[in-house]
Parts: sequence; structure tokens; C-alpha cells
Amino acid sequence: MIHSPYVRKAVSVQRTMGLVLIALLPGIAAYVWQAGPAILVNLALATVAAVLAEALVMSLRKRPIGLAVADLSAVLTAWLVALSLPAIAPWWLTTCAVLVAILAVKHLYGGLGQNPFNPAMVAYCTMIVAFPALMSQWPALDGLGFADQLALILGGTRELDAITAATALDSLRTGLRAAGATVEAVSQGPAFGMLGSRGWEWVAAGYALGGLFLLARGIITWHMPVAFIAALGGLAGVFWLIDPAHYGSPLFHLASGGAMLAAFFIVTDPVSGATTPRGKLLFAAGVGLIVWLIRNFGAYPDGIAFGVLLMNICVPLLDMKTQPRVFGHREAAGGDK
Amino acid sequence: MIGRLFRFHGGIKPDAHKNESAGPAIQRAPLPRRLVVPLRQSPRATASCLVEVGQEVLKGERIGEPEGFLGTAVHAPTSGTVVDIARHPMAHPSGLDTECVVIEPDGEERWIEHAPFDYHTASREQALAWLRDCGIVGLGGATFPSHVKLGKGAGIETLILNGAECEPWITCDDRLMRERAADILAGATILRELIGARELVVGIEDNKPEAIAAMKEAAAASPHGVKVVAVPALYPAGGEKQLIRVLTGIEIPYGKLGGDYGVQCFNVGTAHAVYRAIAHGEPLISRIVTLTGNVDNAGNWEVLIGTPVQDLLPLARPRPDTDRTLLGGPMMGFALPRLDVPIVKGSNCLISASPRLFPPAPPEQPCIRCTECAKACPAELQPFELYWFGRSRNFGKAQEYHLFDCIECGCCSYVCPAHIPLVDYFRFAKSEIWAREREKAAADQARDRFEFRNFRQEREKAEKAAKLAAKAAETRAKLAEGVAEAPAAEAAAAEDPKKALIAAALARAKAQKAEVRPQNTDNLSPETQAEIAGIEARRKALEAAAPPAATATTPNADAPAAASDTAATAPGAEPRS
Repeated sequence: MIHSPYVRKAVSVQRTMGLVLIALLPGIAAYVWQAGPAILVNLALATVAAVLAEALVMSLRKRPIGLAVADLSAVLTAWLVALSLPAIAPWWLTTCAVLVAILAVKHLYGGLGQNPFNPAMVAYCTMIVAFPALMSQWPALDGLGFADQLALILGGTRELDAITAATALDSLRTGLRAAGATVEAVSQGPAFGMLGSRGWEWVAAGYALGGLFLLARGIITWHMPVAFIAALGGLAGVFWLIDPAHYGSPLFHLASGGAMLAAFFIVTDPVSGATTPRGKLLFAAGVGLIVWLIRNFGAYPDGIAFGVLLMNICVPLLDMKTQPRVFGHREAAGGDK
Repeated sequence: MIGRLFRFHGGIKPDAHKNESAGPAIQRAPLPRRLVVPLRQSPRATASCLVEVGQEVLKGERIGEPEGFLGTAVHAPTSGTVVDIARHPMAHPSGLDTECVVIEPDGEERWIEHAPFDYHTASREQALAWLRDCGIVGLGGATFPSHVKLGKGAGIETLILNGAECEPWITCDDRLMRERAADILAGATILRELIGARELVVGIEDNKPEAIAAMKEAAAASPHGVKVVAVPALYPAGGEKQLIRVLTGIEIPYGKLGGDYGVQCFNVGTAHAVYRAIAHGEPLISRIVTLTGNVDNAGNWEVLIGTPVQDLLPLARPRPDTDRTLLGGPMMGFALPRLDVPIVKGSNCLISASPRLFPPAPPEQPCIRCTECAKACPAELQPFELYWFGRSRNFGKAQEYHLFDCIECGCCSYVCPAHIPLVDYFRFAKSEIWAREREKAAADQARDRFEFRNFRQEREKAEKAAKLAAKAAETRAKLAEGVAEAPAAEAAAAEDPKKALIAAALARAKAQKAEVRPQNTDNLSPETQAEIAGIEARRKALEAAAPPAATATTPNADAPAAASDTAATAPGAEPRS
């Protein structure tokens, strides 16, 4: 028997997920504008794979299929996976990544709300470990028409040098490491734009715009984006001021790679992230720190997925140690009693 | 002094729906055919019946005598005849029964003699007793006896009058403030004097501008300096601890009362009832009830306590698609399991519900830890954590995370996008913990009883053993003294005829026993006799060597003496358990 309250706010998981999907649209639009419509193909592929996988698992688990598919959580996971992978990733790579996210990370742990790790980030990590070459091929902005992109996605010829380009993060890393060049010299390369990778500034700006929309609608709180941006930008700023020849500027770090997508859409995943206000700050700041470390000293061009997963591991501890004070109580709740 | 307002964490803004019933003035509800007056008006105390079936009662006549520390008197709401005293279902989610006095009104409304109570000349104790005898309890819903709340008497800085009325739909306090502001403030002034508070503040949610205006006007006319403060309309601003927080900044934790922090809070309706009781000597026999929801004629009625809900509802003309009736607001009220239950002192609102107004909750979805509930919780809890702990029956952890600080306001359930009935999980967890604690208490009691029984048995055994040992020592002494003892015993017996009689009886019994003792030592051969003599000699030697047994506590300590008195000691030496 359901008791009071007899009234409810007009909210639902579906509505929440839907608003996040809407918030991704400016970033996707900028992506298409800058890099061509290939990403749309991958988004569609990923969506279909995710929904089919979700429906399959729900039928195997003998749970209502319609409700699970309608909550849009699988679609959101699919979009985040597709946006993390290169736009010209072959169809089977995208599909594998989505299946890892939905089948393994989400449903093996008990389905929506139960997974301790961010599904999209586990999928990304699995793919970059399994297929490092394919995962580092991003479309060159010029000279690659939609037909070529489609051919690449559907498994056509891959003459890598002609059709792909290293990202700014990648070329900065290899430039500094292998060639011993300075930041200034490397950033004269064709991959660099005004702030980050050429064209990517617009995509990053699109994600940031969508993030502000989510903040305004109360879907996410300020804690995670602010802490992530402050940690990544702050660290980058300190080292850039000390040695601008060997460290990228804060703006470069924030406008490159998946920084903005992470700040508003990845670290803010409620299921696998910290939940207390202080926990959220520590969680996102931790991700920012790890991203900066991996970008500067790690073996991978970007470190968001690893940062998020490493901090996912810390979430139970963070939540336990940062329980807020309860009304009228001097000490905090729970904790290490 | 109140300088600024404070805010409490969380809170929600559900649709107020106050306009439906706030417009029309308070009307008197007609006399019902029968009044069912429960002798238990609050969950904490009951009253003992003072009337019999067939007795004529007058309006305001006491029919229930307060029982216990938290008891208050119960009165006949109108004149008439007591037709039944029996158990009747109550307005409670479970539909529990309680002892009720059923009165058939004679329609004449003849008052019992009543006179104002001069609380200035009376002692404080007398004034509090007067309120108890007038049946004054908190009308905000909790029905806590006012005289107990006033009992503190010292150390109260601020008296707060709660006119927030934050639950949607309910407007009974709003109308009361609009129409009887002066009486409310007169009652509040009495309360302030009785409790010794320095300042008096009235808190009203800012969605009741007419009530605020009326109260401000009355406050301006009052010589006692009353502050009327508009507080932001944010549910649950009318929760006592939330209102105290907003007005004074003081946070009162779970398990503490406002009085511990120098603040005391009374509902405006209570203040009005106090005024009627002191200034007119009228006991609490009616209250304002809001009838609203899916009805054509929403409004507020002055209703006699004991009026059955089914007699009241037609006044508001519920529409045909009404499927349930809620008692209280939609946030914390409950659906009445039946409609023949009476209005009691804590019943503030009846809402006719329809599927359109209160649609059934959508199916429950998995928690995605979005923390909306934590953002809304006025107790600053982490409801989703409590939910996980409650679900996994990890009640210890739930308590560690302050489950019992939950005031069950329903904010978390209201905002949950996954439509999880969080409050229900918390009610469940609380009741499970209570049940376990009761079980544990019962088990502890049983264990204590068992341990005490063992202890008692050990003690009795020891006492008996000591007694036997003493007796054995005595017997030994007697034997040693031999015949010489007899005259002494006779001399002692002479002192006390009763003792002499006992001694004589004992002697007779001994003699008898000696006679019936099997004489298997007769007609023995000389060899056997010699053998017996040998045995006897060895035994004597052993006895002489054995230590005296007087202090022994073991049951068989008397074994050496057994030879002389086997028959008497043997049964006592048997272990009893």
C-alpha cells in the first residue's frame, strides 16, 4: 500500500535522461559542422545497438522491456560512447563498445542504478586497450568527404595517413616527448586551432553550452564541473606559468580532447559518481588531477576515462567520509564510527 | 529579537490549492444524528469514562477524566443522551478501535455552567490544571497536551505561534486567523504569560496575505508587543522545528524539544482554544475542519468533536468520481480506510480525492542516485542512502545515517524522479527497528528472569546445605555430650512450654524410629559380632580424624555424620534440579 505523499513532482528518470540528451545536441551540432556528419551515423548505430542490447537483457532477466527502453538511459550511454570514440571508428568497434557498456558494465552489476563504474568510460578503456591504432584515428578536418567517412565506418579501405590526423593532444605529447620540441613549436602544426585541436574548440563550446543548460535545469549541480575544471585548469595553469615551453596552457587543456564533455556529462554521471556535496568536489577534482597527469606523463593522449574509473573506485570511501551534517546535529552522519 | 529570517535546507513547493477552500467564511456544521467521542484523543493518553449509558449530558460536560501525565479531559460536544459506550474505529490508517462515548444530541445545545478562569489570581499549577480539564491539546495535528508543553515555565525566551500551515489544500488556520485574529492573540498572550516567554512571534507563510494582514492588525491593537512574520511558503515550513529554524535560527535535533532551547511553539488554533478555555471557561469541543479536494463546495466548517466523517462530507458535496477521502494534507495525511470514523481534536482537513487530482504513483524505477531527495530533505539527510540501507535491511547503518531524524514530511518521495516511495521505506525501516528492539527487550527480560531463577536456586541450595551442615554439627555435639544433654534439654524446654511440646514430640518420634529400625544385629554369630566391632572401631577412628563439617557448603558434607541420622539427612542431600 502506498501512503503519503499523494502528490508528486512531474519528474521521471526518462525526463532526466531526455534533458541530458537534449543538452548534448549543441555539442553534436558543432561536431557535425566541424567534422562532417559521420558522427551521426555512429550515434545512430550506437543507439540501435544499445536499445537492442537493453531489450535483450531485460527479456533474459524477465523484466518489463518497455519501461527499461523508455527510460532513455541506454540511449544516453550509447551517445556518450559514440561521442567518446573517433567519429570514423568502424561500425563493429562502436557496436562492441556499446555492448561492453550495456551488457557488462550496466547489466552484469544489476542494471540501471547499480553499476559502480561509468559504462561509457569502461567501454572506451576496453577499446583503447584492445584497438589502440583504430582508437587514435580521428578524421582530418579537410579533404574527407561524407562518402569517405561512411566507407571508413562501414569497414572500407583505411589508408591512414591520408584520411586521419593526430589530435592536438596527441601531437603535443609526441612532439614534446619524441622530438623534444617546445609547445610553441608543436602548436604551429595543422592539428592546432585557436585553443585546442582545430575545430574542437567549437565542439567543446557546444558541450559547455549544453552543460550550462543542465545546470540551469537542476539536472546537475555546480560541484562537479567546477571542481573538474578548477583542478585540470588550475594544475595546468601552475605548470604552464612555471614552464610554458613544456606545458600546455590551461585553456588548451580545457578546450582539447574530452575535457568539456567530461566536465558536464561524464564526471556528473550520478550512478557511478560521488553523491555528497564535498564528495562531488573531491571526485571531480580527482578526475581533473588524473587527466592532467596522464596527458602530461602517461602513455595515452587523453586520460578522462582512466581518471573517471579510478575515481569511481574511490566513491564508496568518498561518500562515507564526506557525509553532510544532519539538521540539528553538530557532527556529520555515518562516517567511520 | 527576530531581526532576519533563516532558511532551512531543502523543502519543496507543491501546488498549494489553497484558493479552493480559503474563500468562504467558517460555517457551523449542523449537528449530526450521533456524536462518537473517543476517550482517547491523542496517541499518548486516554481518559477514563465518567458517564453511563442512558445518562443525560450537557454541552461541555466532562465525560472523560484525564488519566496519567499526558492525559486531558474529554467533554460532551453538545447536550443529549449517552446511548452507547463501546469501541469504535478511529480515524487512523489502520482503522484501530478505541473506547468512545456515543451521544445522541437533543438539539437544544444546553451548555453546562461555565465561567471565565482568572489565571492572574490563580497559581500557575492551577492554570495548567484548568487547561488540562478543558481538554486543551495541540490542534496542529500532533495533539500534544498543552499543559504539559507549558509545564516548563522558565527559561523560555521566545513563544512562537505557528500559523504557517504549509500543507497544500488545508486552510483551517488561514480562515481562523482571518476571522478570529484578536482571540488568537489573546490566547497567545495567555500562553506567553503561563510559559514566561519574553517575546511572541507569529509565523505565517507568505501565501496567506489576508491572514497576515488580519494578524498584523490584531497585533497592532494588542498592548503586548507581538511580531507577525511572513515566512517563505516552502513546505514543510510549518513543521515545528523548521519554523523555529526560520524564525530564530535555532536547530533542534531529533529527540530534543523546543523548550530545551528556549523556544516553544503552539498552533494558532491551540491559542484560540486556550483563549476560549480561559476567557469563557469553554472546554475544547469543536475545531475548524477544511473540506476540500474533488468537491463543489469547498470551505471550512466549525465541527463538533465526534462528528462522523460521513456526516460531514456531504456539506462539501463531493463529486461522483471521488474514490478516496484523505485525512490531513496530501503530503503527510492518509487515506481513511472507512468513513464512519469521528473527527477528533487533531483532524484538520478532509480531502476528497479523485484519480484526476491525485493520480496513482507511476511504477517505481531504479534509484539513479541523482540526490534530488538529499537536496529536498529538510532534515539534511541522504534519503537515497537510507533507502539502500533499508532495502538491504542494513538497519544498523540506517540508524547511523540518522534514520530517526526523518520527519516523514514526504519531500524526498515528492521529488524522486524514479518514483520511489522513499518515506514508505523509512516508515518500514523504523517499524522494523522498533519491532527488533521490542524483541530484544523481551529476550533480555527472559534472560534476566532465567538468570535470576538460576541464582535463586543456587542460593536456596546453598542455604539448605548450610542448614543441614549446622544440624549435622548439632547432632554430633549431642552425641558427644551423650545422656548428660537430656536434663539440660528438659530444663530449656521448661522455659518454653511450646518448645517442650516439640521436644517431647521429637523424642517420641525418635523412640518410635528406634523401635522400627530393623534389628539385623540380633542373633549374630560371634565372628560376625567381632567383625562389626572391628568396623565400628575403624569408623570411630575415621570420624575422629575427619574435620568438623559445620562450615561446609556441599550437600554431602554431612556424610561423616550420616551414621547417626541417615533417615533425616538423606532426602535433603539430594540435588533438586
